[in-house]
Amino acid sequence: MTETAVSTAQESVDEFRGRARTWLAENMPRIDRDHPPATRLDQDASWQRARELQKRLHDGGFAGICFPREYGGLGLTIEYQKAFNAESAGYEMPLILNIPSFTICCATLLDVGSEDQKRQHISVALRGEEVLCQLLSEPSGGSDLAGVTTRGERRGDSWVINGAKIWSTSAFAADYGLCLARTDWDVPKHEGLTMFLLPIKHPGVTLRHIAMINGSSEFCEEFFDDVELPDDAVVGGVGNGWQVASRQMFHERRSMGRSSEFSSGLESDDAEAAPIDYLDLAQRTGQTGDGRVAALAGRALAHRAVAEHLADHVYQGVLDASMPAAAGSIIRLFYADASQLELDTAAAIASTAAVVGDDAALFDVGKRYLERQIVSLGGGTTEIARNVIAERVLNFPREYAADRGVPFNQVRRGTAG
Amino acid sequence: MTATDSGERALFASTTQAFLGKEASLRTVRDLHAADKSFDPAWWRRAAELGWTSLLVSEDLGGGSVSGNGVADLALVAEMAGHTVAPGPLQPVSVVLAGLVDADNRTDHAAAIEAVMAGEAVASWAVYEPDRPFEPLAPTLTATATDTGYRLRGGKDRVEAAAESDLFLVVARFGDELRQFVVPADAAGVRIEPTPSIDMVKRYARVHFDDVDVATTASVGGPGQTATLIDRQTQIALILQCAELVGMLDEMLAATIAWAVDRHSFGRPLASYQALKHRFADLKTRFEACRATTAHAVSEVGARSPDADVSASIAKSFVGEWASVMLQDCIQLHRGIGLTWEHDLHMFLRRAALYRAMYGDPDYHNRRIFACLTESEVAQ
Repeated sequence: MTETAVSTAQESVDEFRGRARTWLAENMPRIDRDHPPATRLDQDASWQRARELQKRLHDGGFAGICFPREYGGLGLTIEYQKAFNAESAGYEMPLILNIPSFTICCATLLDVGSEDQKRQHISVALRGEEVLCQLLSEPSGGSDLAGVTTRGERRGDSWVINGAKIWSTSAFAADYGLCLARTDWDVPKHEGLTMFLLPIKHPGVTLRHIAMINGSSEFCEEFFDDVELPDDAVVGGVGNGWQVASRQMFHERRSMGRSSEFSSGLESDDAEAAPIDYLDLAQRTGQTGDGRVAALAGRALAHRAVAEHLADHVYQGVLDASMPAAAGSIIRLFYADASQLELDTAAAIASTAAVVGDDAALFDVGKRYLERQIVSLGGGTTEIARNVIAERVLNFPREYAADRGVPFNQVRRGTAG
Repeated sequence: MTATDSGERALFASTTQAFLGKEASLRTVRDLHAADKSFDPAWWRRAAELGWTSLLVSEDLGGGSVSGNGVADLALVAEMAGHTVAPGPLQPVSVVLAGLVDADNRTDHAAAIEAVMAGEAVASWAVYEPDRPFEPLAPTLTATATDTGYRLRGGKDRVEAAAESDLFLVVARFGDELRQFVVPADAAGVRIEPTPSIDMVKRYARVHFDDVDVATTASVGGPGQTATLIDRQTQIALILQCAELVGMLDEMLAATIAWAVDRHSFGRPLASYQALKHRFADLKTRFEACRATTAHAVSEVGARSPDADVSASIAKSFVGEWASVMLQDCIQLHRGIGLTWEHDLHMFLRRAALYRAMYGDPDYHNRRIFACLTESEVAQ
C-alpha cells in the first residue's frame, strides 16, 4: 500500500485526479465485468468487505474527501470528490457505506453533533471501523414521523430508552444508530423529541431482519428494553430531536438525488437498480420489430427521459427561487409514477416469461414487479408528497391535524402496530 | 422558455402578449367561430409585422430572431398564443418557412419567403396522404418531369388553413426520389375541399392536385436533402404544438385552481378536500413535466443537436398524451359547468385533442423513440 505523505492542501483538481488514478490502479481491486462482485446489502460479508475497502481508502489518503481535516477527512471541495468518483469507475468501492452512514448520519453529525461526537464518530467511520444507521420510523408511526413513542427517560445521570423502531436500513451491519425518542410528553409532538446516538450491539437492544417480498432482508426492526445511554449520547441537545431529524431528511433527499458531496465512488451497478433494457426484453421474447412492443417501450422511455428533464427544471426553479423548496416533492412523485410505468411495461413485454420460465433476465422482471410499490413508499409516501405539493407549492389549505399544538400525552393514539 | 433574458426579448414578449390579449382573446375566437371564419388576414399581417414570421428566417433573407435563437423565440410566441387558443396560421407558416430557408436552393424561393414573412401570403404543408397515418417520408403523390419543370398528380388531406392559403409545400415522389414542391393555391388543377375540424377556428381541407404543372424552380432542396428538411419541418411542428399546449395548460390549470379555492361546498373550499388536493398535485406535477420536456426539446431543436429529433418526439409523446387527460380532469374538477358551451374549457380541449393526433400521435412517436434510443428497426 502506498503511503501518502503528500500535502493535499495546494493540489489542483487535475493533480489530485492524476494521483488518484495511480493510487487506485495500485491499491484497489478491479471489477471483473464478467463476474462483478455480488454486493448484497443483507449479507454480513458485503459489509466486512466494505469496511476493508474503506480502510484501504483511508490508508491511501482518499477517504472523506469533503469531510473536514480535523475529523479525519481531506477538507476538499466537491470538485475533488467528483474527480475521484470518475477515476474510481471500474474499481470495487465501498459504495454501501455512502447511504446512510456517510451521506446522512455523518453529514448530520457534522451539522449538529458535539465536537467530541464529530471527532469520535466521523473519523472512525472514515477509517472503516464504524458504520452508522438511522433509527427513525416506528411500527405505530407510518408517515407521522414526529409522532414517535419510543421513550427516553432520565434516570440519575443516564438516559433509558424503551420502545421499537422499524424500516432501519442495514441496521444489523451498523455500530451506532441515530435514534429519535420522546423525552417530554407534556409538550406538542415536535417539541418533546431528542436524538440519541445509540450503540446497536448493546444490552437491551434486540434486532430482527425483516424479510421482504424479493427475498432481501436489509431492513431491520429493533426493540429497546431499558437501553441505558450516557448524557453524551444526546445529539443536538435535549428537546431538539425534530431539528436533528429534519437535518437527516434534508441530507437523505440530497443523497437520493445523488448530489451529496459526502458520497464516494460512482453509482452502484447492482442489477436491482439497473435501468430496464427494453430491447433486450424484446429480443429475449422474440418480439423484435413488433410495433406494439416498441410503442409500449417507447412510452416508458419517454417517461424516463421526462423524469430527467423535470428534475433539472425543478432543481433550477428552486435555485432561482421561482419555485419553493417543497417543489422537490414534484420530482419525487413523478419519479415514482415513471418507475412504476417502467415496471408495468417490462412485465407486459415479458408476459408469461416474467412469472413462469427459466430465462433469469425475464423472470427477474416478475421479481422486480412484486416490489413495484417501493418507489412510492420509501423516503416518504407519494400521498405525503401530494399533500406537500398541494399545501406548500399550490398553497391549498393544510390538512386538519388533531395533534397540532396539543401536548403529546393528550393526543389520541391507535392500538394497531 | 418564458425566460425573458434580454431587454429586447422582454419587449418582444410584452408586445406579443398585448397584441394577443387585445386581438386574439377567447372572445375573438368565439366571434370568429360564430362568423364561420378561421382568422382575419389583416390581423395576420399585423402579427407578421410584430415579427412572428421572421424568427426562423436569416437576416440575409430579410428575417431575424429576437434573442439569436429563432426557434426559442417562436416557441415563446406559441406558448403565449396557447393562453387564448389563438387563431392564425402560425404553425403551417412556420413549418413551410423552416423548409424553405434551409433548402439548398433557398434563393429560388426568396419571393415566396418574403411574401410569407410579410403576412401577405399564407403557406401550408401538404404532407398527409389521404386517409393514411402520418408518414412524411412515404408519399404516393407523384411528380413527373415536363419540358418546363414538374407535373404533380395525387391528393393530400388534413392540410391546415388550406382554403386560406396562397402556397402549398407538397411532399411528392419523383421516381425513386423524395421531393417537396412549392405550389401556388391558384395553379390550374388545384382543388380544395374543406373537411370538418374539431377546433373552433383551425380549418383543414383535402387538396387535390390534378396534373398541376410547376416550374423547375418549384422544387425545394435537392433529392438528397429532402428527408433532412422534412425532419426539421416536423420538429418545428412538434415543438410549436407542445409550446402552445404548455400555454393552454398553464391557463386552464390556473383557472381550475382559482375555481377550487373560491368555490365552497359543505362550508369548505373545494381546495381543502384531500381527494381533490391530490388530483391538483398530480396536475401540477404533470404540468411542470410538460413544461420541462418542451423546454428541453425547444433547446435541442434550436441548437440543431443530433438529439433534436428524438427530443421532439419525447415531448410530443408526453405532452400530446397528457394534455388531453389533464384538460378532461379540469372539466371533472369544474363539475357540470365544465361541460357547457359557455365555459372556455372546451375550446382548450378541442385544440389539445387536435394536436394530440396531428403530426404523429403519441403511439407513433413512442415507436420512433424506441427505434431511436435502441437503434433498432420497428414496424410502424
